[in-house]
Parts: sequence; structure tokens; C-alpha cells
Amino acid sequence: MARAALLGRLTWQLANVVELVEETARVRSIVLDPPAWPGHRAGQHVDVRLTAEDGYQAQRSYSIASAPEDGYLMLTVERLEDGEVSPYLADELRPGDELELRGPVGGYFVWEESLGGPLLLVAGGSGVVPLRAMLCHHHAVESIVPVRLLYSARSLEEVVYRDELMRMAAADQIDIRFTLTREQPEGWQGYGRRIDRELLDEVSWPPGEHPLVYVCGPTGFVEATANALVELGHEPARIRTERFGPTGG
Amino acid sequence: MTPISRGFRGRRDASADPSRVPPGQYVTGDFPVLSAGPTPHTQLADWSFAIQGEVDEPKTWTWDEFRALPSENLTTDIHCVTKWSKLDTVWTGASVDTLLDGVDTSAEYVTAWSDGGYTTNLPLEDLTGGRAWVAFAYDDEPLDPEHGGPARLLVPHLYFWKSAKWVRGLELKLEDEPGFWETYGYHNYGDPWREQRYWGD
Repeated sequence: MARAALLGRLTWQLANVVELVEETARVRSIVLDPPAWPGHRAGQHVDVRLTAEDGYQAQRSYSIASAPEDGYLMLTVERLEDGEVSPYLADELRPGDELELRGPVGGYFVWEESLGGPLLLVAGGSGVVPLRAMLCHHHAVESIVPVRLLYSARSLEEVVYRDELMRMAAADQIDIRFTLTREQPEGWQGYGRRIDRELLDEVSWPPGEHPLVYVCGPTGFVEATANALVELGHEPARIRTERFGPTGG
Repeated sequence: MTPISRGFRGRRDASADPSRVPPGQYVTGDFPVLSAGPTPHTQLADWSFAIQGEVDEPKTWTWDEFRALPSENLTTDIHCVTKWSKLDTVWTGASVDTLLDGVDTSAEYVTAWSDGGYTTNLPLEDLTGGRAWVAFAYDDEPLDPEHGGPARLLVPHLYFWKSAKWVRGLELKLEDEPGFWETYGYHNYGDPWREQRYWGD
């Protein structure tokens, strides 16, 4: 019965907003305490539903940023200027508010130890969110699967989880490579251009090692990255993608 | 009772006819792309389309043969499970009724299969009666690979993941078998008007 209940309908629940973290000027993390969270796998998402006073509702999906092992549920939301839901979450929501959600949802863009590796994570902008859940999960289970993150952002200021990722990299927990496509700080040692075939060839494991690849970001970014990986000889079936379009807000 | 989200007013789209927008959906003018893996790029010379499985005689078409079939223009609304709906989209394709013409089968279910390994399952009756197409043009232009070109299934009355991109064939079956997303937690049927997004909805 318990199992049947677990696989049954994903019901809406009200989660308390515990804390808000400003990650960048446009990106904010929302720490939540859902009363009946069934657990999730790294890479899954939730549906969020907002209700106005007159009963009007809006729903959107957001990737889960926290690892399954964390004691809370964290979402990270980028404010889209012409969006309907993301400006509310990024600007209006306060600690102590309640947020209606249901999940977890999605079972393919997921990494767990049994899927192995070596693991290559490629993020464009706020596409790093579900990959952060994978990195934290990888750390929490003390996985020995080799993992590498390639993260493309416009500038250092727009790198989400910057301090945390820098700490992970400094502690040799994972191999992180950044590319800053618009603006690089003085003395920048990382890459300074959009991800292309040559850059992927340098950063990724050789196709012969059959890396398992997760790519998440805007549609154009994911399309270009996945195409380049296939051209380099990586198996399409080992490349999992999550694209978010120009809307979604 | 549904809780009010303090301070949320929402942005109702006054131009969209509410009777055309299923529950939980919002109208977008863009055409977002959602796929589980890289976009396949099949050459037209290597492309074929098959009707197979529980049929007396399997049928296949080359690209040229497929394009020589009668085609239809249609304008329809599409609804993605990720919440966006797009109204009045314009497509050209061959009706699945045309493809099934003369096929004798006792099958009640279909698995549509695609380049790249994607599959989705539907009841056969949802693909017949002028409700489904294999579309090769969008807005009078050849269908972009990102959007499923050279050809995709188009079943606009169900959530859009049922409209398999890069479709290469229909396997007719006596038993229903969940496809790709249907195995990963998404609803087996996917009626947007009943908001059948996930298992149990």
C-alpha cells in the first residue's frame, strides 16, 4: 500500500519558505520545507503553482537544486523580465510565505551512482541548477565516479553558486572549468569564448571512455553543445539534455 | 481550499480565448524546444516511414513516396506538458488515415518510434478519424530538425510529447506498452483538458 501511495498521484502541497539566497543579480535560491516530501533524485524538477486572489492560477516547472540527501528542498530561479511566475519568485516571495508545489517530476535527466560515468556536466547560465543537485549528490554518497563540470556564463558575476563551486574546485572534489563568454576579469585563467567543438574536445573525456553527459541550458546552447559532442564521436544515447526556451517564465 | 499566493496578481493574456487554453497552461508566441537528447540529423535519402507490427502486410515509404501522398494543411493549437500552449500553429502533413488506408489490423494500440530511440504510445483510435498527421512543414517551411524534422507525428488533441519528433514508423500492437516519457512518470494518455500530466493524474 505504501508503495502504491508513493507511485500514486503527485498531490499539491504547501511548503514553507525557510530562506532566500541571492545567487546573482537575476538568480535567487528558495529554500523550502515541504511537509510531505517523498524524496527525489538529482536532476528532477517540481511544478510550482501560484494563485491570485480572484482564483487565477499560473504553473511552471523548476529544477531542484538540492541533493536528495539535503535536509531541505531548494529551487533556484532566474528572473525572466517578461515572465509571469519567475519575477514573483525572484522579487516578491519572502521567508515565511508558503509556496504550493508538487513533485518530483521527470526521471530521465537524472544522475545516480548506479548510472556510472565518467560524468561530464555541461551548464549554460542557470542551466547549472539540476547539475548542482548531481554534484552535491555525488559528494554526499562519496562517489568515486570521475566528474567534470564545464560551465558557460556571460561573466563571473553571473556564475550561479560561484563561491560554492570555487570551494568544490579548490578542495579537488571535482574538476570545474569555466568559460566566460562576454566579460572576463583581469588575469582570467579560464576559457573566454562560447562552447565549441574544440573546447569540448579539450575538456571532455575521449569518446572511447564513453562518458555519460548531461547538458542543460538555453535551447541554442544545448543544441550546439549536443551537436558538437555527437560530431566528436560521443554516443547520442549517452548524452542527456534539458533545454529551456526563451519563455518559461 | 486553494491558498492565495500573497502579492501574486498574474498576467492574464487578454488576447487568448480562455476556452482554448487547457487548465494549468499559458499561451506563448515562441516555439520552445524540449528533447531528451541530441537532435538526430537523418538524410532524406536514408529516411523511410513504416507501418508495421500487427498488420497483414507492413508498409514502407521512401521520402519521395511519402511526399507524393496526399497532404493536408491544418491550423491547430498545441499544448506542451511543460505548461506552454501555442495557438493557431500551421502545419502540412499526411493524415495518418492516409497512411493506414488499406491496412488490415486487429491492433488497438500504437507505439510511434523515432530516430534517436524515442517512443510514445497511443490508442490507435486517437490516430485515426482525422485527428493525427505525419507533418513535414511548419508555417509553410520544411520542419526544422530541432522541431522534429524532417517529419514528426502531430496529434494536437494530446500533450505534445505524444507528437513524436523525428518519427520513422508506427508499430501497431494488441497490447498497450508505455513509451519513453510514459515510463519516466508522465501520463499514459495525456489529455491536456483533463490535465493528465503525470502518473495518477
